Amino acid sequence: MTLTWLRVALAFYGVGLLYAMFALTRTSEILSKVALHAAYLGMVFHLVSLIEAVVQAGQFASASIHNAESLLAFLIMVVFMLAYLIYKTTSPGIVVFPLVFLLTFVAATGQQPLVSTSVAVQHGWLAVHILMIFTGYAALFLSFGASILYLLQERALKSKSRSGMFSRLPALQVIDDIGYRSLMLGFPFMTLGLLAGSVVAEFAYGKVDFLDPKILLSVLMWAVYSLMVYTRIGAGWRGRRAAVLASVAFATAIVAWIANYFSGMHRFIAS
Amino acid sequence: MRFQLIGVNHKTAPVEVRERFAIPDSRLPDACKKLAEHPAVAEGMIVSTCNRVEFIANMKNGAGDLREFMGEYFQVDTGQFESHLYEFREDEAIRHIFRVASSLDSMVVGEPQILGQVKEAYATARAVGAVRAELDQLLTRAFAVAKRVRTETAVGSSSVSIASVAVELAEKIFGSLNGKSVFLVGAGKMSELAARHLLAHGASSIFVANRTYDRAIRLAQQFDGQAIEFNRLYETCDNADVVITSTGSPHFIFRPEHAEKFLSRRRNRPMFFIDIAVPRDVDPAMNKIDGIFVYDIDDLQQAVSSHVADRRKEAEKAEAIVNGEVHKFHARLQTLDVVPTIVSLQDHFETIRQAEIDRVRGRLGPLSSEQEMAVEALTRGIVNKIMHTPIKTLKTAARDAESTTVVDLVRRLFNLHDQHEVREIEVAKENAKENERQKETAPRSPGRGAQR
Repeated sequence: MTLTWLRVALAFYGVGLLYAMFALTRTSEILSKVALHAAYLGMVFHLVSLIEAVVQAGQFASASIHNAESLLAFLIMVVFMLAYLIYKTTSPGIVVFPLVFLLTFVAATGQQPLVSTSVAVQHGWLAVHILMIFTGYAALFLSFGASILYLLQERALKSKSRSGMFSRLPALQVIDDIGYRSLMLGFPFMTLGLLAGSVVAEFAYGKVDFLDPKILLSVLMWAVYSLMVYTRIGAGWRGRRAAVLASVAFATAIVAWIANYFSGMHRFIAS
Repeated sequence: MRFQLIGVNHKTAPVEVRERFAIPDSRLPDACKKLAEHPAVAEGMIVSTCNRVEFIANMKNGAGDLREFMGEYFQVDTGQFESHLYEFREDEAIRHIFRVASSLDSMVVGEPQILGQVKEAYATARAVGAVRAELDQLLTRAFAVAKRVRTETAVGSSSVSIASVAVELAEKIFGSLNGKSVFLVGAGKMSELAARHLLAHGASSIFVANRTYDRAIRLAQQFDGQAIEFNRLYETCDNADVVITSTGSPHFIFRPEHAEKFLSRRRNRPMFFIDIAVPRDVDPAMNKIDGIFVYDIDDLQQAVSSHVADRRKEAEKAEAIVNGEVHKFHARLQTLDVVPTIVSLQDHFETIRQAEIDRVRGRLGPLSSEQEMAVEALTRGIVNKIMHTPIKTLKTAARDAESTTVVDLVRRLFNLHDQHEVREIEVAKENAKENERQKETAPRSPGRGAQR
């Protein structure tokens, strides 16, 4: 049943994906409304699917590991909706919907989990770790999306061409705010998530192996992330430089995610 | 439906003529009343703005000319203004009202004020009872059409003046202009206008620098802003989000190295330079720097003209909408026209049916309630079958131009009466029913008595 709900959610996100593709070429009030409502419905089914998974597993941590992609997709949608509620713009959807669709799609194919379970899973710290890190990922992703939109809008304004993008995107300042706020929202989550993760590792293995690819990449990602926050607060970096940094942070995040597939430690095979 | 419209507007008449016919707000209710009281007019309203004066009326019959009313009201010989007057009737009048309300007939196509003005004119005429029936429907429809045009086309969405384009761009950069500050470098009519627009859209503070300091002070006072000595320009300029330049300087005043300094002092918050001066005050190379946006007079002009072109394209779409709506409205009015005929036709047959039942009831003797119902069903069925085709024909005819002929024919064939006569018939019928009820309560007629 969990998968069924998820697939229904996927169908609704598909509408959002269509919107994302159409929005690149033309503007449509109606389509953006339809996409938004589809996204709401998708989130409801998605939540049902997640809750059911938790109920079935009997505990949050194990369920969230088994549904990692699904949970991440859901959290990204939550952050997107928050941005929408504050700024009344669906533009970040251009970037958000494709990723959410992809993540949900992977989750909905119902493959066996990447991560095997163990005693460590029983630990409350693990649940904290997963939720925090994922919220951090989601916020980081939105920030990345916003910096791409910022570049597009900046280019449109500078080229003085009044072509498509110009009228469709929100004001530069608004895009900047979205990026900045999600960056600031994500950072504490990411930091606390990593700390919680090391606590889990401490419990499970006694010591943390810093040469494990997963750990290494996670620390690297955090370093890039904090550099982003620093340059933003300190020097007010925006536009091109900020977008480059955000892309690096995002790329590290993806690699760190992929590391789940080959990290010895993060699979929790031990014990 | 006998709509007639006569008027003058900015295209047909110079202001000397328009002001001759303009009616001030205070006298508008009275004028509407007079128009509606004119013998040839059933309903009427007047739109009087600085760009147009129009008399719109629903005439009592095909005859009659609104020029008569104009001549009487203004005490002029309308003949001498004939070349400035335009006149529309029926569908053309409907189309014209739709176009005016949708701002397609405006001097600046798509400007939003005209709809409000027409709405006011309508409210005024309605308040004095000059607009009641069909004209009311026409205007209500016109407002709906205007709304459609506004939402379905972009005819009113883009700005068509340099100052408003500047505001639009500033908003595209800064989102809301609330709390943003503007720096005027050099004084000039156009830069003042742009500053005024920015302030009207929320910009909070203004700085003024000019080669002659006195002029700067005077200008700053006007805007409730702050005058800056010209040699302190580079120190203070980074406080402003929008810089409008219009000096007579032969060289660039702002160059990339200045911009870099501003940005580092502003911690990279964007700046928007509007360069209205010729020769230019801002080095175009500055536009290449991240966070600096430079628009010169040509860029703004180009934005304006592309907007004008956009509007023209959108106006074509809007005209198509208006055409469709005129068609629909026409059809609707004609259907309304045949409705009374259909109603009286139905009444006519129903009266015959009732009369026939009453006539033979005595001869039928006592009927059970089932039989009673069967008789009712039988007669009703026959009448409905007979009426079906003529009603269908009437409804189809309503959509064609021949409707009046068909309606006329049906009326003559069945000896139907005009509306006020119909009302009389209704009253008579009410009386008849009343009589019947009295009969029913009165001591029994043989057939019925037995049944009870």
